[in-house]
Amino acid sequence: MPALPTLNDGLELRDLACVRGRRSLFRGLNLRMGPGQLLRVTGPNGAGKTSLLRMLCGLLAPTQGQVLWQGQDVRRAREAFHQQLIYLGHAAALKDELTPLENLQVALRLGGSAPDEAAARLALADAGLRGREMVPSRILSQGQRRRAALARLPLGQALLWVLDEPFNALDTAATAWLLGLIETHLKRGGLVVLTSHQAVALSEGVAQVSLAL
Amino acid sequence: MSRPLPTLEPTAPSSGSWGALRAVFQRDLRIALRRRADTGSALVFFVIVVSLFPLGVGPQFELLRRMGPGVVWVAALLASMLALGRLFADDHADGTLEQLLLSPTPLALLVLAKTAAHWLASGVLLVLISPLLALQFDLGQEAAWVLCLSLLLGTPLLSLIGAIGAALTVGLRGAGVLLSLLVLPLCAPVLIFGAGAVEAAQAGLGVGAHFSLLGAMLLLALLLAPLAAAAALRIALE
Repeated sequence: MPALPTLNDGLELRDLACVRGRRSLFRGLNLRMGPGQLLRVTGPNGAGKTSLLRMLCGLLAPTQGQVLWQGQDVRRAREAFHQQLIYLGHAAALKDELTPLENLQVALRLGGSAPDEAAARLALADAGLRGREMVPSRILSQGQRRRAALARLPLGQALLWVLDEPFNALDTAATAWLLGLIETHLKRGGLVVLTSHQAVALSEGVAQVSLAL
Repeated sequence: MSRPLPTLEPTAPSSGSWGALRAVFQRDLRIALRRRADTGSALVFFVIVVSLFPLGVGPQFELLRRMGPGVVWVAALLASMLALGRLFADDHADGTLEQLLLSPTPLALLVLAKTAAHWLASGVLLVLISPLLALQFDLGQEAAWVLCLSLLLGTPLLSLIGAIGAALTVGLRGAGVLLSLLVLPLCAPVLIFGAGAVEAAQAGLGVGAHFSLLGAMLLLALLLAPLAAAAALRIALE
Protein backbone atom coordinates (compact mmCIF):
# COMPACT_ATOMS: atom_id res chain seq x y z
CA MET A 1 0.00 0.00 0.00
CA PRO A 2 1.52 3.35 -0.96
CA ALA A 3 2.10 5.72 1.92
CA LEU A 4 -0.42 8.51 2.26
CA PRO A 5 0.94 11.94 1.49
CA THR A 6 1.31 13.80 4.77
CA LEU A 7 -0.26 17.09 5.64
CA ASN A 8 2.50 19.59 6.23
CA ASP A 9 0.72 22.24 8.21
CA GLY A 10 -1.64 20.43 10.52
CA LEU A 11 -2.55 17.44 12.57
CA GLU A 12 -3.10 13.99 11.22
CA LEU A 13 -4.31 10.81 12.92
CA ARG A 14 -3.42 7.66 11.09
CA ASP A 15 -5.18 4.39 11.88
CA LEU A 16 -5.16 5.29 15.56
CA ALA A 17 -6.26 2.74 18.13
CA CYS A 18 -6.45 2.83 21.90
CA VAL A 19 -6.70 -0.08 24.31
CA ARG A 20 -6.91 0.68 28.03
CA GLY A 21 -6.69 -2.38 30.24
CA ARG A 22 -8.58 -4.99 28.26
CA ARG A 23 -11.08 -2.59 26.76
CA SER A 24 -10.66 -1.35 23.23
CA LEU A 25 -11.79 2.29 23.28
CA PHE A 26 -11.45 3.13 19.61
CA ARG A 27 -9.66 1.82 16.58
CA GLY A 28 -9.01 2.71 12.96
CA LEU A 29 -9.27 6.44 13.57
CA ASN A 30 -8.19 8.49 10.54
CA LEU A 31 -8.44 12.23 10.51
CA ARG A 32 -6.77 15.32 9.17
CA MET A 33 -7.19 18.88 10.21
CA GLY A 34 -5.51 22.03 9.05
CA PRO A 35 -5.18 25.64 10.16
CA GLY A 36 -8.39 27.38 11.16
CA GLN A 37 -10.22 24.18 12.01
CA LEU A 38 -11.86 23.11 15.23
CA LEU A 39 -12.30 19.48 16.16
CA ARG A 40 -14.87 18.69 18.81
CA VAL A 41 -14.64 15.22 20.30
CA THR A 42 -17.89 13.92 21.74
CA GLY A 43 -18.95 10.67 23.32
CA PRO A 44 -20.37 9.18 26.50
CA ASN A 45 -18.33 9.02 29.71
CA GLY A 46 -15.56 6.47 29.42
CA ALA A 47 -15.58 6.51 25.61
CA GLY A 48 -11.94 7.53 25.47
CA LYS A 49 -12.13 11.27 24.86
CA THR A 50 -9.43 12.14 27.34
CA SER A 51 -7.29 9.21 26.15
CA LEU A 52 -7.55 10.51 22.59
CA LEU A 53 -6.53 14.01 23.68
CA ARG A 54 -3.58 12.67 25.68
CA MET A 55 -2.57 10.65 22.65
CA LEU A 56 -2.68 13.75 20.46
CA CYS A 57 -0.26 15.44 22.85
CA GLY A 58 2.07 12.47 22.98
CA LEU A 59 1.44 11.79 26.67
CA LEU A 60 -0.07 8.41 25.86
CA ALA A 61 1.48 6.00 23.38
CA PRO A 62 -1.02 4.86 20.73
CA THR A 63 -1.72 1.14 20.90
CA GLN A 64 -1.58 1.24 17.14
CA GLY A 65 -1.18 3.94 14.52
CA GLN A 66 0.41 7.36 14.62
CA VAL A 67 -0.28 10.97 15.43
CA LEU A 68 1.51 13.30 13.04
CA TRP A 69 2.09 17.01 13.46
CA GLN A 70 3.31 18.78 10.35
CA GLY A 71 4.23 15.42 8.91
CA GLN A 72 6.26 14.20 11.88
CA ASP A 73 5.38 11.70 14.59
CA VAL A 74 4.60 13.68 17.76
CA ARG A 75 6.46 11.20 19.95
CA ARG A 76 9.63 11.60 17.90
CA ALA A 77 9.81 15.31 17.18
CA ARG A 78 8.77 16.15 20.74
CA GLU A 79 10.51 19.46 21.25
CA ALA A 80 9.35 21.08 18.00
CA PHE A 81 5.80 19.85 18.61
CA HIS A 82 5.59 21.01 22.21
CA GLN A 83 6.67 24.48 21.14
CA GLN A 84 3.44 24.63 19.14
CA LEU A 85 1.12 23.04 21.70
CA ILE A 86 -0.96 24.09 24.67
CA TYR A 87 -2.70 21.26 26.51
CA LEU A 88 -5.12 21.91 29.34
CA GLY A 89 -6.35 18.76 31.03
CA HIS A 90 -8.96 18.02 33.68
CA ALA A 91 -6.83 19.47 36.45
CA ALA A 92 -6.16 23.19 36.20
CA ALA A 93 -2.40 22.63 36.68
CA LEU A 94 -2.16 25.38 39.29
CA LYS A 95 0.12 25.26 42.29
CA ASP A 96 -1.99 26.00 45.37
CA GLU A 97 0.85 27.82 47.11
CA LEU A 98 1.48 30.24 44.24
CA THR A 99 -0.67 33.13 43.08
CA PRO A 100 -2.46 33.00 39.72
CA LEU A 101 0.09 35.47 38.36
CA GLU A 102 3.05 33.31 39.43
CA ASN A 103 1.34 30.21 38.08
CA LEU A 104 0.74 31.89 34.75
CA GLN A 105 4.32 33.11 34.45
CA VAL A 106 5.74 29.66 35.24
CA ALA A 107 3.40 28.01 32.73
CA LEU A 108 4.42 30.47 30.02
CA ARG A 109 8.13 30.09 30.63
CA LEU A 110 7.73 26.30 30.65
CA GLY A 111 6.03 26.64 27.28
CA GLY A 112 9.10 28.45 26.00
CA SER A 113 7.79 32.01 25.80
CA ALA A 114 9.18 34.96 27.70
CA PRO A 115 6.26 36.70 29.39
CA ASP A 116 6.34 40.24 30.66
CA GLU A 117 4.38 40.87 33.81
CA ALA A 118 2.10 43.54 32.33
CA ALA A 119 0.87 41.18 29.60
CA ALA A 120 0.30 38.41 32.14
CA ARG A 121 -1.71 40.76 34.40
CA LEU A 122 -3.76 41.90 31.42
CA ALA A 123 -4.51 38.29 30.45
CA LEU A 124 -5.65 37.51 34.00
CA ALA A 125 -7.84 40.62 34.02
CA ASP A 126 -9.40 39.51 30.72
CA ALA A 127 -10.05 36.13 32.30
CA GLY A 128 -12.05 37.89 34.99
CA LEU A 129 -9.48 37.60 37.77
CA ARG A 130 -8.77 41.29 38.29
CA GLY A 131 -7.85 41.86 41.91
CA ARG A 132 -7.20 38.13 42.35
CA GLU A 133 -3.75 38.07 40.75
CA MET A 134 -1.90 38.02 44.05
CA VAL A 135 -3.96 35.72 46.27
CA PRO A 136 -2.88 32.10 46.82
CA SER A 137 -4.52 29.91 44.18
CA ARG A 138 -5.76 27.59 46.91
CA ILE A 139 -8.58 30.02 47.83
CA LEU A 140 -9.89 30.34 44.27
CA SER A 141 -13.20 28.70 43.38
CA GLN A 142 -13.37 25.90 40.82
CA GLY A 143 -14.47 28.26 38.07
CA GLN A 144 -11.80 30.79 38.95
CA ARG A 145 -9.14 28.08 38.85
CA ARG A 146 -10.24 27.15 35.37
CA ARG A 147 -10.16 30.80 34.32
CA ALA A 148 -6.65 31.13 35.70
CA ALA A 149 -5.55 28.10 33.69
CA LEU A 150 -7.22 29.36 30.51
CA ALA A 151 -5.64 32.80 30.88
CA ARG A 152 -2.55 31.26 29.31
CA LEU A 153 -4.21 30.74 25.94
CA PRO A 154 -4.04 34.27 24.45
CA LEU A 155 -0.37 34.65 25.43
CA GLY A 156 2.29 32.66 23.70
CA GLN A 157 2.53 31.42 20.18
CA ALA A 158 1.12 27.90 20.29
CA LEU A 159 -0.62 26.90 17.07
CA LEU A 160 -2.49 23.94 18.49
CA TRP A 161 -4.76 24.15 21.52
CA VAL A 162 -5.87 20.85 23.02
CA LEU A 163 -8.52 21.49 25.66
CA ASP A 164 -10.16 18.80 27.78
CA GLU A 165 -13.65 19.94 28.85
CA PRO A 166 -12.68 23.62 28.85
CA PHE A 167 -16.23 24.83 29.52
CA ASN A 168 -16.58 22.85 32.77
CA ALA A 169 -17.26 25.03 35.81
CA LEU A 170 -17.31 28.22 33.72
CA ASP A 171 -20.16 30.72 34.11
CA THR A 172 -21.93 32.38 31.17
CA ALA A 173 -19.56 35.32 30.96
CA ALA A 174 -16.46 33.12 31.03
CA THR A 175 -17.96 30.76 28.45
CA ALA A 176 -18.52 33.71 26.10
CA TRP A 177 -14.96 34.89 26.74
CA LEU A 178 -13.53 31.45 25.94
CA LEU A 179 -15.66 31.12 22.81
CA GLY A 180 -14.35 34.49 21.67
CA LEU A 181 -10.77 33.35 22.28
CA ILE A 182 -11.28 30.12 20.35
CA GLU A 183 -12.85 31.95 17.45
CA THR A 184 -10.07 34.53 17.18
CA HIS A 185 -7.50 31.76 17.43
CA LEU A 186 -9.15 29.87 14.57
CA LYS A 187 -9.33 33.05 12.51
CA ARG A 188 -5.61 33.69 12.91
CA GLY A 189 -4.91 30.22 11.55
CA GLY A 190 -4.76 28.20 14.75
CA LEU A 191 -6.09 24.71 15.40
CA VAL A 192 -8.29 23.73 18.33
CA VAL A 193 -9.17 20.25 19.58
CA LEU A 194 -11.60 20.09 22.48
CA THR A 195 -14.00 17.78 24.23
CA SER A 196 -17.35 19.17 25.26
CA HIS A 197 -20.74 17.77 26.08
CA GLN A 198 -22.43 20.94 24.91
CA ALA A 199 -22.42 22.16 21.32
CA VAL A 200 -19.76 24.81 20.78
CA ALA A 201 -21.69 27.89 19.70
CA LEU A 202 -19.30 29.55 17.30
CA SER A 203 -20.43 32.00 14.67
CA GLU A 204 -21.12 30.98 11.07
CA GLY A 205 -18.23 30.33 8.78
CA VAL A 206 -15.96 28.71 11.35
CA ALA A 207 -14.90 25.24 10.27
CA GLN A 208 -16.07 22.84 12.97
CA VAL A 209 -15.69 19.08 12.78
CA SER A 210 -17.32 16.70 15.24
CA LEU A 211 -15.86 13.33 16.09
CA ALA A 212 -18.09 10.95 18.01
CA LEU A 213 -16.30 8.19 19.88
CA MET B 1 -15.00 41.81 24.91
CA SER B 2 -12.15 39.69 23.65
CA ARG B 3 -8.96 41.44 22.80
CA PRO B 4 -7.37 40.70 19.40
CA LEU B 5 -4.77 37.94 19.66
CA PRO B 6 -1.25 38.49 18.37
CA THR B 7 -0.62 36.96 14.97
CA LEU B 8 1.09 33.59 14.92
CA GLU B 9 4.72 33.78 13.91
CA PRO B 10 6.32 30.56 12.75
CA THR B 11 9.57 31.57 14.42
CA ALA B 12 8.44 33.20 17.61
CA PRO B 13 11.10 34.45 20.02
CA SER B 14 11.60 31.91 22.75
CA SER B 15 13.11 32.24 26.18
CA GLY B 16 14.56 28.79 25.57
CA SER B 17 15.43 26.01 27.94
CA TRP B 18 17.25 28.23 30.39
CA GLY B 19 14.14 30.28 31.15
CA ALA B 20 12.08 27.13 31.71
CA LEU B 21 14.70 25.60 34.00
CA ARG B 22 14.96 28.75 36.07
CA ALA B 23 11.19 28.98 36.29
CA VAL B 24 10.87 25.43 37.63
CA PHE B 25 13.77 25.87 40.04
CA GLN B 26 12.42 29.13 41.46
CA ARG B 27 8.88 27.80 41.59
CA ASP B 28 9.87 24.79 43.68
CA LEU B 29 12.01 26.86 46.05
CA ARG B 30 9.17 29.33 46.47
CA ILE B 31 6.73 26.53 47.28
CA ALA B 32 9.20 25.06 49.78
CA LEU B 33 9.44 28.47 51.46
CA ARG B 34 5.67 28.81 51.64
CA ARG B 35 5.26 25.33 53.10
CA ARG B 36 7.80 25.61 55.86
CA ALA B 37 6.09 23.00 58.02
CA ASP B 38 6.63 20.33 55.36
CA THR B 39 10.13 21.51 54.51
CA GLY B 40 11.17 21.61 58.15
CA SER B 41 9.75 18.23 59.10
CA ALA B 42 12.59 16.28 57.46
CA LEU B 43 15.13 18.44 59.32
CA VAL B 44 13.38 17.97 62.67
CA PHE B 45 13.17 14.23 62.02
CA PHE B 46 16.92 14.16 61.33
CA VAL B 47 17.76 16.03 64.53
CA ILE B 48 15.48 13.87 66.68
CA VAL B 49 16.66 10.51 65.31
CA VAL B 50 20.31 11.47 65.70
CA SER B 51 19.73 12.78 69.22
CA LEU B 52 17.96 9.62 70.37
CA PHE B 53 21.11 7.54 70.09
CA PRO B 54 23.26 9.33 72.67
CA LEU B 55 20.24 9.31 74.98
CA GLY B 56 19.74 5.60 74.50
CA VAL B 57 23.37 4.58 74.72
CA GLY B 58 24.32 6.83 77.63
CA PRO B 59 27.57 8.74 78.17
CA GLN B 60 29.97 6.13 76.83
CA PHE B 61 32.23 8.39 74.80
CA GLU B 62 34.28 5.67 73.18
CA LEU B 63 31.18 3.89 71.87
CA LEU B 64 29.49 7.13 70.76
CA ARG B 65 32.59 8.27 68.87
CA ARG B 66 32.67 4.98 67.01
CA MET B 67 29.00 4.88 66.05
CA GLY B 68 28.53 8.63 65.49
CA PRO B 69 29.36 8.84 61.76
CA GLY B 70 27.19 5.85 60.90
CA VAL B 71 24.24 7.10 62.93
CA VAL B 72 24.32 10.57 61.40
CA TRP B 73 24.57 9.12 57.92
CA VAL B 74 21.74 6.62 58.39
CA ALA B 75 19.55 9.37 59.83
CA ALA B 76 20.36 11.62 56.85
CA LEU B 77 19.41 8.79 54.52
CA LEU B 78 16.06 8.25 56.25
CA ALA B 79 15.33 11.98 56.45
CA SER B 80 15.93 12.41 52.74
CA MET B 81 13.55 9.50 52.03
CA LEU B 82 10.93 11.35 54.03
CA ALA B 83 11.23 14.46 51.88
CA LEU B 84 11.52 12.61 48.57
CA GLY B 85 7.99 11.26 48.56
CA ARG B 86 6.65 14.63 47.54
CA LEU B 87 9.20 15.42 44.83
CA PHE B 88 6.81 14.49 41.99
CA ALA B 89 3.66 13.42 43.86
CA ASP B 90 2.33 16.97 44.39
CA ASP B 91 2.96 17.90 40.77
CA HIS B 92 1.21 14.74 39.67
CA ALA B 93 -1.84 15.45 41.82
CA ASP B 94 -2.43 19.00 40.55
CA GLY B 95 -1.64 18.34 36.90
CA THR B 96 1.54 20.39 36.66
CA LEU B 97 3.59 17.26 36.02
CA GLU B 98 1.81 16.81 32.67
CA GLN B 99 2.78 20.37 31.80
CA LEU B 100 6.42 19.56 32.56
CA LEU B 101 6.20 16.60 30.19
CA LEU B 102 4.72 18.83 27.48
CA SER B 103 7.37 21.53 27.73
CA PRO B 104 9.69 22.04 24.76
CA THR B 105 12.56 21.85 27.26
CA PRO B 106 14.01 18.33 27.63
CA LEU B 107 12.34 16.60 30.57
CA ALA B 108 15.64 15.34 32.02
CA LEU B 109 16.83 18.93 32.47
CA LEU B 110 13.58 19.89 34.18
CA VAL B 111 13.97 16.89 36.50
CA LEU B 112 17.49 18.09 37.29
CA ALA B 113 16.17 21.57 38.12
CA LYS B 114 13.48 20.09 40.36
CA THR B 115 15.98 17.83 42.11
CA ALA B 116 18.35 20.75 42.65
CA ALA B 117 15.58 22.81 44.25
CA HIS B 118 14.58 19.82 46.36
CA TRP B 119 18.14 19.34 47.57
CA LEU B 120 18.50 23.04 48.44
CA ALA B 121 15.29 22.86 50.47
CA SER B 122 16.11 19.63 52.28
CA GLY B 123 19.66 18.27 51.92
CA VAL B 124 21.50 21.51 52.52
CA LEU B 125 19.74 21.98 55.84
CA LEU B 126 20.94 18.54 56.97
CA VAL B 127 24.49 19.43 55.96
CA LEU B 128 24.41 22.72 57.84
CA ILE B 129 23.15 21.25 61.09
CA SER B 130 25.41 18.18 61.05
CA PRO B 131 28.47 19.74 62.82
CA LEU B 132 26.19 20.62 65.71
CA LEU B 133 24.91 17.05 65.92
CA ALA B 134 28.47 15.74 65.78
CA LEU B 135 29.02 17.33 69.19
CA GLN B 136 26.59 14.84 70.72
CA PHE B 137 28.88 12.03 69.63
CA ASP B 138 32.03 13.67 70.92
CA LEU B 139 33.48 13.82 67.41
CA GLY B 140 36.60 15.94 67.17
CA GLN B 141 36.72 19.13 65.17
CA GLU B 142 38.35 17.52 62.18
CA ALA B 143 35.94 14.57 62.14
CA ALA B 144 32.99 16.97 62.37
CA TRP B 145 34.25 18.88 59.32
CA VAL B 146 34.76 15.69 57.38
CA LEU B 147 31.24 14.59 58.33
CA CYS B 148 29.85 17.90 57.08
CA LEU B 149 31.80 17.68 53.82
CA SER B 150 30.86 14.05 53.24
CA LEU B 151 27.19 14.99 53.66
CA LEU B 152 27.69 17.92 51.27
CA LEU B 153 28.84 15.45 48.61
CA GLY B 154 26.45 12.71 49.64
CA THR B 155 23.07 14.39 50.09
CA PRO B 156 22.77 15.58 46.45
CA LEU B 157 23.60 12.01 45.51
CA LEU B 158 20.75 10.77 47.71
CA SER B 159 18.38 13.28 46.11
CA LEU B 160 19.39 12.22 42.60
CA ILE B 161 19.06 8.50 43.26
CA GLY B 162 15.84 9.16 45.13
CA ALA B 163 14.45 11.10 42.15
CA ILE B 164 14.51 7.88 40.11
CA GLY B 165 12.54 6.08 42.81
CA ALA B 166 10.12 9.00 43.22
CA ALA B 167 9.51 9.02 39.47
CA LEU B 168 8.92 5.28 39.36
CA THR B 169 6.40 5.36 42.19
CA VAL B 170 4.54 8.55 41.24
CA GLY B 171 0.78 8.08 41.34
CA LEU B 172 0.92 4.72 43.13
CA ARG B 173 -0.84 4.02 46.41
CA GLY B 174 1.56 3.42 49.29
CA ALA B 175 4.27 5.11 47.26
CA GLY B 176 6.22 6.12 50.37
CA VAL B 177 7.05 2.59 51.52
CA LEU B 178 7.74 1.38 47.99
CA LEU B 179 10.03 4.34 47.43
CA SER B 180 12.11 3.46 50.50
CA LEU B 181 12.30 -0.21 49.50
CA LEU B 182 13.50 0.76 46.02
CA VAL B 183 15.92 3.50 46.93
CA LEU B 184 17.49 2.52 50.25
CA PRO B 185 19.47 -0.45 48.85
CA LEU B 186 20.75 1.75 46.02
CA CYS B 187 21.97 4.27 48.56
CA ALA B 188 24.12 1.72 50.43
CA PRO B 189 27.36 2.66 48.61
CA VAL B 190 26.83 6.33 49.45
CA LEU B 191 26.36 5.42 53.10
CA ILE B 192 29.45 3.20 53.16
CA PHE B 193 31.79 5.76 51.66
CA GLY B 194 30.22 8.72 53.46
CA ALA B 195 30.43 7.21 56.92
CA GLY B 196 33.74 5.59 55.95
CA ALA B 197 35.30 8.99 55.28
CA VAL B 198 34.55 10.15 58.81
CA GLU B 199 35.86 6.93 60.33
CA ALA B 200 39.06 7.29 58.32
CA ALA B 201 39.47 10.84 59.60
CA GLN B 202 38.99 9.61 63.17
CA ALA B 203 41.65 6.97 62.63
CA GLY B 204 44.02 9.63 61.30
CA LEU B 205 43.98 8.24 57.77
CA GLY B 206 43.53 10.24 54.57
CA VAL B 207 39.99 10.88 53.40
CA GLY B 208 40.88 11.62 49.77
CA ALA B 209 39.90 8.20 48.46
CA HIS B 210 36.46 8.30 50.06
CA PHE B 211 35.78 11.80 48.79
CA SER B 212 36.99 10.93 45.32
CA LEU B 213 34.63 7.97 45.16
CA LEU B 214 31.71 10.06 46.44
CA GLY B 215 32.54 12.76 43.90
CA ALA B 216 32.74 10.23 41.09
CA MET B 217 29.37 8.76 42.07
CA LEU B 218 27.89 12.25 42.21
CA LEU B 219 29.08 13.07 38.69
CA LEU B 220 27.74 9.80 37.37
CA ALA B 221 24.38 10.37 39.08
CA LEU B 222 24.19 13.96 37.77
CA LEU B 223 24.50 12.55 34.27
CA LEU B 224 22.35 9.43 34.47
CA ALA B 225 19.74 9.92 37.21
CA PRO B 226 17.79 12.74 35.45
CA LEU B 227 17.61 10.65 32.27
CA ALA B 228 16.36 7.60 34.17
CA ALA B 229 13.86 9.66 36.17
CA ALA B 230 12.57 11.35 33.01
CA ALA B 231 12.01 8.00 31.32
CA ALA B 232 10.26 6.69 34.44
CA LEU B 233 7.97 9.74 34.54
CA ARG B 234 6.90 9.26 30.92
CA ILE B 235 5.98 5.65 31.70
CA ALA B 236 4.25 6.54 34.96
CA LEU B 237 2.00 9.11 33.28
CA GLU B 238 0.79 6.88 30.44
